[in-house]
Amino acid sequence: MSTTATSPVEGKPQPEKNHRPTVSAKPVTWKLPVTLAVLATIAFIFFGLLGPQANAKFGVSSSGDFFQLPAIEVPAFLSGMVLSLILLVLAGYALVLKARANRRPPRWVPAVFTVVFVVAFLIWVVGGARTPSISLAGLIAGSVTLAVPIVFGSLSGVLCERAGVVNIAIEGQLLGGAFTAALVASLTHNPYLGLLAAAVAGALVSVVLAVFSIKYVVNQIIVGVVLNVLVSGLTGFLFTTVMQSDPEKYNSPAELPIIDIPVLSSIPVIGPILFKQSVVGYLMYVAVIVIWVALFKTKWGLRVRAVGEHPQAADTLGIKVNATRFWNVTLGGAVAGIGGSFFTLVAIDSFTKEISGGRGFIALAAMILGRWNPIGAFFAALLFGFADNLQSIVTIIGTPVPSQFMAMLPYVVTVFAVAGLVGRSRPPAADGIPYIKG
Amino acid sequence: MSENTEPRSAAAPDPDQLPASQATDVEPEPLEDDADFVTSLDTAGGAHQPSAVPVSTQSGALPGAPEEESLLRKIFTGNGIVTILAVLLALILGGLLIAMTDKVVGTTAGYLFARPSDFLIAVWSAATDSYVALFQGAVFNPRGNGVAGQFAPLMETLTIATPLITAGLGVALAFRAGLFNIGAQGQIIMAGILASWVGFALHLPLGIHLLLVLVAGVIGGAVWGGIVGVLKARTGAHEVIVTIMFNYIALYFLRYLLDTDLFQRPGADTPISPIVDPSAAYPLIFGSQYRLHLGFLLAIAATVFVSWLLNRSTLGFEFRAVGANPKAALTAGINVSRATILVMTIAGGLAGLAGVAQVAGTEKVLTDGVAATYGFDAITVALLGRSSPWGTFAAGLLFGAFRAGAVQMQIQTGTPIDIVLVVQSLIVLFIAAPPLVRAIFGLNPRKKKAATAGKTKQAATTGGAA
Repeated sequence: MSTTATSPVEGKPQPEKNHRPTVSAKPVTWKLPVTLAVLATIAFIFFGLLGPQANAKFGVSSSGDFFQLPAIEVPAFLSGMVLSLILLVLAGYALVLKARANRRPPRWVPAVFTVVFVVAFLIWVVGGARTPSISLAGLIAGSVTLAVPIVFGSLSGVLCERAGVVNIAIEGQLLGGAFTAALVASLTHNPYLGLLAAAVAGALVSVVLAVFSIKYVVNQIIVGVVLNVLVSGLTGFLFTTVMQSDPEKYNSPAELPIIDIPVLSSIPVIGPILFKQSVVGYLMYVAVIVIWVALFKTKWGLRVRAVGEHPQAADTLGIKVNATRFWNVTLGGAVAGIGGSFFTLVAIDSFTKEISGGRGFIALAAMILGRWNPIGAFFAALLFGFADNLQSIVTIIGTPVPSQFMAMLPYVVTVFAVAGLVGRSRPPAADGIPYIKG
Repeated sequence: MSENTEPRSAAAPDPDQLPASQATDVEPEPLEDDADFVTSLDTAGGAHQPSAVPVSTQSGALPGAPEEESLLRKIFTGNGIVTILAVLLALILGGLLIAMTDKVVGTTAGYLFARPSDFLIAVWSAATDSYVALFQGAVFNPRGNGVAGQFAPLMETLTIATPLITAGLGVALAFRAGLFNIGAQGQIIMAGILASWVGFALHLPLGIHLLLVLVAGVIGGAVWGGIVGVLKARTGAHEVIVTIMFNYIALYFLRYLLDTDLFQRPGADTPISPIVDPSAAYPLIFGSQYRLHLGFLLAIAATVFVSWLLNRSTLGFEFRAVGANPKAALTAGINVSRATILVMTIAGGLAGLAGVAQVAGTEKVLTDGVAATYGFDAITVALLGRSSPWGTFAAGLLFGAFRAGAVQMQIQTGTPIDIVLVVQSLIVLFIAAPPLVRAIFGLNPRKKKAATAGKTKQAATTGGAA
C-alpha cells in the first residue's frame, strides 16, 4: 500500500539499503519541523507551564530483585519545564536546519523527541494523579507483555508486505492462532503442541490470503478484510458449538510456563522483561532478530525485498516472484499464529470470542510506524503496548486524562505517521500490486 | 492499488478476475506500454476532448472479435450466474459446518458404516433445519399470529437492512472512485453521536427536529469521511490505514462521551444516552406493530440518488474516471484531489444516514454498540453488490435477511449467529474469484490459464476456506 504521495519516479528500484533518503527523493518539507514545533509548544504549555506541582514517584525495583534501587522521585513541575524546553530546542534545531540549509534533521532528532515527549507526558500524568506514584518496573514489564501479540502480528505484516502482499488479515491470523492454540492445548494437555497448532492455523489463514490474492488476483485488501470476518465468524461459531458444549474438555488449555532464568531475571527493570518470559515471549525476541537478519543480511532477504520493490526486475533475474510471495505470506501467517497463541496460552487461560480485540490492526499500525522494518515494528509495538498498559494504570491511579484518550493514542499516532507528519513511511514499491508474468 | 505509480502493464490483472469495484463498467489499467501513454497525452494536449475512460478501454480490447466473445462470455459465465453460484456454494459450506458440529450428526457418525443413511439424513436435517429457521426468521413465518405476525420477519429484515444499505452505498461509492472506505464503522459512530445529541438535548417542534437530527447525522459522517479524503488528497496517506484508525478513534471518542455528563443518561450507571425525543424519531411506516421506520424509505431514496450521481451526473463520471485510472483522469483535466475529497465526504454522509437510522429509528438511544458491526458488514454488502447502487441495495436486503433470520435460527435450532458471518464472508470470497467458482461448478467455456490451473488447486482452496 502506498502510504505516501505518489512520486513521479517511475520504476526506480531500491533494492539496497532501506529507507536511506536519496538525493532525488521528495523535497524537504516543513511538515516534520512544524509538527515537532507544535508538539513542543503543547508540551511546554501543558507539561511545563500548567504542570502539576506534586512530586511524581516512580518505583524502579520489584520485590524479587537482585538489589533494591530507591524509588525515583521527581518534582513534576520542574521536570516538565526542563523536558519541554529540551523539546523546544529540538524542534528549533529542526526548524533552523530547514530554514538555513534546507536539510532534514538527522534521524536521531525525531527519535529523541519521541522519548523525551513520552517521559514528560508520563511525569505529567503521574504527577497529576490522585496517588502520584507508579511502579516503573511494572509499567514496562506490563507493556512488553501487552506488546507480544502486536510484535508477532507486525512481523507477519513485515514478512508479507516486504514481498509485496498487503496483509490486512493479521487480526484473523491472531484470532485463528488463539483459537487453535486453546483447542489443541486443551485436547492434548500440551501447550507446546498448542503453540505449534497456532502456527499452523495462522499459516492456513495466510494460505487462503495467498491463494486468492496471488493465484486468483483478487484485490489483497478485499481478501484481507473478508478473511478477518471469516475467521471471526468461524471461531465464534466453533466457540459456541464446540467449546461451550464442554469447556473442561475443549477450552481449558494447559498454560505455557514462565521460564525464569536465575540471577539474570533479578536485574532491576530489564531483568523481568528479558529473562522472565514465557516461551512465546522469548520467541518474540528471537523472531525480531532472526527476521531482521534474514531480511537485510541474507541473499534470501535481498530477493524478498526485490520482489516487493520491483517484481519485474526480480523476475528478470530468475527469482520466482509469486512463489516467493506465497511462501512469505504463509510464513507470515505462521508467525502471527504464534502471536495469537499468546492470548490463550499465556495471558488468559481460555478462549473467548474476539479475544484478539483489534490487536491485529494495531499490529498493522506498528508495522507502518516501524517503517516495514522488524526492529522498527518491534519498538512501535512496544510503544503501543505501553499506551495500552498506561491506559489501564491511569484509571487506577486517577489522572486528569480520560483513559479513552490514552487508548486512542496509538491510532492517532499512526494517522500522523501515514500522513507524513512525523517522518515518512514508505511502503515497498510493489506492495499490493499483483504480479502477472507476461 | 490503483493509485500506485509503478509501471502497471505487467501488473494489470485480467478484468475478469478483478473485484467488482474495478471491473464493472470500465476495463482497468491502460498503459500497455509507453505508446499508449503517449496517445493519451497527445489527445489531451490536442483537444482534451477524449476522456479518461475511452483511453483506458482502448488498450483493453481491439474492436471486433474480442467484443463479440465478451458478449458470449457474459451470457454463459456472466456475473449474475457467478453471484448465484457463489451464494449457493457459501450456503452449502455453511450447512456442512452446521452439520459437522451437530450432536445428532456426531452420534450417527459413530455407526456411519452400519447405517450410512442415518448419518446422511442427520446431516441434511441439521443443515436444512437451520436454514428453514433462518428463512422463517427473515421472510415469512407460517406460525405467525395472523397475516401481520406472519410478515413480521420481513419487516424486521427491512429494518435491519436499512443501515446496511446506506452504509453499503457509502462503501460502494468510494469503491467506484478507487478508494477503500473501511471507515463506515467510524462514520456511523460519529453520525450517531451528533444525531443523538440533537435528538435528546434539543427540544424542537415536530418536523424541524427530525430534519435537524438528519442533517446533523449526515454532517457527522460526512466530516469524518471527508477528513480521510483530505488526508488522502493532501498527504497521500493510504485511506485503508487511515479509515481503520479513524474507526477506533471514533469508538474511543464515543466511549469517552458516554462517560461524560453531556451524554450519559442522568442516573444511569451504564454508558447509555437519554432516549431521543419523540419529535426526533423516524415515524414508523406500518404503525407501531413493526419497527420498520422512515429510514428505509430514505435508504431507497439514497439508492436512487447514488444511482443518479454515478450514472447521470458529471461528478459521478469524474468519480468513475478517477477510479478507473487517476493518471488518465488527471490528464483529462479532472481534479483528482477534489474528487477524492468529495467522494469520501459523500460516502461518509451516506454512512451517516445509517447512523441516523440507528439512533432515530431502530435503537432511539446512543450506546457504544450503536454501529454494531454494520460498518464492516457494509463492506461485504458493497462487494456483493458489485459496487452498483441497486446491487448494493439487493445485497443489503440479503444480508439484512441473514441478520434478522439468524436471531430466530439461534432461538429455534441453537445454531449460533456467527454462521452468518461465515456465509457472508464466503460469498464475498467466492464472488471475488469467479474462476474458482466456475472451476468448482465445471463452467469453464474459455480456455483460461488461471481457471484451468485453478481447477487443480480447487480442492485445496475450498478446504482452506472452509
